[in-house]
Amino acid sequence: MEIPRETLIRMLELMLKIRHFENRVKELFAAGEMPGFVHLYLGQEAIAAGVCATLNQDDYITSTHRGHGHIIAKGADMKYMMAELYGKATGYNKGKGGSQHIAWPGLGILGANGIVSGGIPIATGAAMSAKLRKSGQVAVAFFGDGASNEGAFHESLNIAAAFNLPVVYVCENNLYGVGTRQPRVRKIENIADRASGYGMPGVVVDGNNVLAVYEASLEAVKRARMGEGPTLIECKTYRWRTHFEGEPDTYRPPEEVEAWMRREPIAPYRRHLIEQGIISASEAEALEQRVIAQVDEAVEFARNSPFPAPESALEDLWA
Amino acid sequence: MREISFSQAIVEATAEEMRRDPSVCVWGLDVGPYGGAFGCTRGLYEEFGPERVLDMPISELGYVGMGVGAAATGLRPIVELQFSDWITLPSDALINQASKMRYMFGGILAVPMVLRAPVGGYLAAAGQHSNSFESMFAHIPGLKVVLPSTPYDAKGLLKSAIRDNNTVLFFEHKKLYEIKGPVPQEEYTIPLGKADIKRPGTDVTIVAYALMVRKALAAAEQLAREGISVEVLDLRTVSPLDEEAILNSVKKTQRLVIVQETWRRCSVGAEVAAIVAEQALDYLDAPIVRVTAKDVPIPFSPVLENYVLPQEDDIVAAIRRVMRA
Repeated sequence: MEIPRETLIRMLELMLKIRHFENRVKELFAAGEMPGFVHLYLGQEAIAAGVCATLNQDDYITSTHRGHGHIIAKGADMKYMMAELYGKATGYNKGKGGSQHIAWPGLGILGANGIVSGGIPIATGAAMSAKLRKSGQVAVAFFGDGASNEGAFHESLNIAAAFNLPVVYVCENNLYGVGTRQPRVRKIENIADRASGYGMPGVVVDGNNVLAVYEASLEAVKRARMGEGPTLIECKTYRWRTHFEGEPDTYRPPEEVEAWMRREPIAPYRRHLIEQGIISASEAEALEQRVIAQVDEAVEFARNSPFPAPESALEDLWA
Repeated sequence: MREISFSQAIVEATAEEMRRDPSVCVWGLDVGPYGGAFGCTRGLYEEFGPERVLDMPISELGYVGMGVGAAATGLRPIVELQFSDWITLPSDALINQASKMRYMFGGILAVPMVLRAPVGGYLAAAGQHSNSFESMFAHIPGLKVVLPSTPYDAKGLLKSAIRDNNTVLFFEHKKLYEIKGPVPQEEYTIPLGKADIKRPGTDVTIVAYALMVRKALAAAEQLAREGISVEVLDLRTVSPLDEEAILNSVKKTQRLVIVQETWRRCSVGAEVAAIVAEQALDYLDAPIVRVTAKDVPIPFSPVLENYVLPQEDDIVAAIRRVMRA
């Protein structure tokens, strides 16, 4: 498949943004600079980048508690994201949502979601909306392996297939639902097998290979946009960190974590692009430095931003 | 003026809004050619077609959650639940998603969805088809909760609910569906959040809503023959509550009876009593009396059900009690 050069470089840039943003959040959170909880996307960068590279700006996504990667990949500005994580007035959602609830409809981001599977019916409804409005938009629901055992997943997939809705279900199977290894509580090996039960294609891809994710997503998005209905894509991956920052890792064998970290998605892809002559080593290095500078800028912006006025807690409830 | 039934009023309001605004659509169980279990979508499928009137599988969380996503992206879905008792199944879509999306996202989107659902007992339908859950949802910031008592109100309030940019739960009492009342041919709407004096009076205020308005009016008629002048205030919307109308009526009559079909504990009636206690206690000549369901599930046998649910006689007795004080 011929992938445009700018798309190939864009995917590298998105993955680098996610990696550096999340590493910085990890440090700032550990330093006590951020309130609340954060769930990091480190290790899963190829999925958000590969899928969102196949979407238009007005296509919809719903995300999860582990949502920073999806939000960045859909085109969000890290400044307003970081400010939201700090609970500042300049955040995307004025400090009312925080890490788990970043949304920006102008980029089709219908929200990260603190309820496991909460975004799946919402994406399905956005797909119904796009279909009835004949807008040509596609909706993508990102969710984890844990969410695939929720009723919302099964009900949504059945309806989406029955109505041929323009939606793509992207399951990020990172093996663990909070602290439970999912194969212990699920009989089947591949979550994608569930697709056939609803009458849609189910695809398993290496979630740490951005090109594999991109190709699967491109096909699914094309199908959706042509009115041929939904697809379930299962991306096999792993989260480097625990469920949330600060949680002791008592439930994963260290050798398993190390093995997956050796399979990290960015360095091999970067080597591949250099070998293929898509980008030079120095260009790649310059790209990474630009990303790091953007993350620095985002942190400065967040730190220097004001907190919201306490009384603003009473605003924005009613439309 | 012509008279139509409550369910016809629902159909008319829906059809008029669908003609007016192409983003209005209807989905739920049996809402298509079947016309809705209580006839509230009759004729819509024939007029607006399968693209705007969609039969759904029995997947309440799925299709109510889809309503949230569709409403956030440019549609105005009217989602029908065949019985409101099943609202427990899609409650996440309502309580954690629809009610919070606008607020949590800093006001950058809206969820203009209407969820219509039949409520209420007196039908020997037992514990899972007789509930009135409005108090639970009136408790949630970000949801509006409407319970009309007449065909006229049902039509005007539903049109406002469809045009409202917030999520509105529109609860329709099953015993009201076949009741007829005057409804003009001409276009009209009734604002959400405004109570209505269904019968003016001077001695005691009854605050009620939905089917209880009819029972309150019957009790008021009975007591009028004894020279007691009862004012019946129909809340129509239990969230937001029309506090001003409640306080004005109580300040006038100085006696308050609250009538609701649902349970007593932590309920709409408890909220009304608290508002009056906080803001108009000095006006009261008698303690507030509440007439409610007893705090048990709704039982099947009519003998048991009638014992648990409020009756006209209970309202009469309550009024006599506050008049004696």
